[in-house]
Amino acid sequence: MKAAVILFPGSNREGDAARALRQATGQPPAMIWHADHDLPNRTDVVVLPGGFSYGDYLRCGAIAARAPIMRAVASHAARGGLVLGICNGFQILCEAGLLPGVLMRNANRQFVCKFQHLRVENVGATFTRGYAPGQVVRFAIAHGEGNFEADDETLKTIEGDGQAAFRYCNADGRVDEASNPNGSENNIAGVFNSRFNVLGLMPHPENLIDPLTGGVDGRPLFEALAA
Amino acid sequence: MKARVTVTLKPGVLDPQGKAIEGALRSMSFEGVHAVRQGKVFDIEIDGEDRERARATLGEACERLLANTIVEDYAIEIAKTP
Repeated sequence: MKAAVILFPGSNREGDAARALRQATGQPPAMIWHADHDLPNRTDVVVLPGGFSYGDYLRCGAIAARAPIMRAVASHAARGGLVLGICNGFQILCEAGLLPGVLMRNANRQFVCKFQHLRVENVGATFTRGYAPGQVVRFAIAHGEGNFEADDETLKTIEGDGQAAFRYCNADGRVDEASNPNGSENNIAGVFNSRFNVLGLMPHPENLIDPLTGGVDGRPLFEALAA
Repeated sequence: MKARVTVTLKPGVLDPQGKAIEGALRSMSFEGVHAVRQGKVFDIEIDGEDRERARATLGEACERLLANTIVEDYAIEIAKTP
């Protein structure tokens, strides 16, 4: 398993992503600068980490989505290669058109930074095959613009085709308004593309890989990539 | 040529920033203000004299970068040449 982490100006979770990948695959990922035009040969999975690329100028992820390396990421995805976008990486993938929808300002106007329960909705994809169907996991969230929105038709497709990967829920797995931290449509915390080789999610699985920092619920995601 | 591009949220899209601004205006005793929506303005200078071409260029710029057309509309004004 060869992994690459893309580094944009203003990324700040690349170290966490690299640590999770190294733990799961046994080797450090390549760190690729946004102005590069190519991914390393035989890259299996590309990770777009969290942070505030370009200071969130214009719209979150908008400028990073047009960086030179994103053409190579799009080609990689078109070939069926795996792409994972976490938090700001999710915003970038939506802005790049590699995922449906858009992330808007949290409906409650607050930056949320806390542990959050999620229900794993679809375990048929490479990214989520390490989880049980409907499993409730606890990841960390830290974002001000994680309110997932899509037009009705897109949302219907997402729901109809099982593209919702994770939903915000309470500790018992109940998906309701009270457990929705940012106003996302249908409590969607993460989505797949139509081919299920691209995943974006606002929560941070890469921060839940060690009991020392709150749990290991994020490990199965990265271990599934290495398997 | 000088141009101005205005990007606004589509009707019905939640605008928490607009709501916060509206709340501040109310707290400052501006009576009768409501439905505040925040948008963006881009002032852009563009080479050449062909207004239609400039409009087409900026239209493409809006579609590809300046606006996210899932949730935003845009309008392009080309300033009248003096």
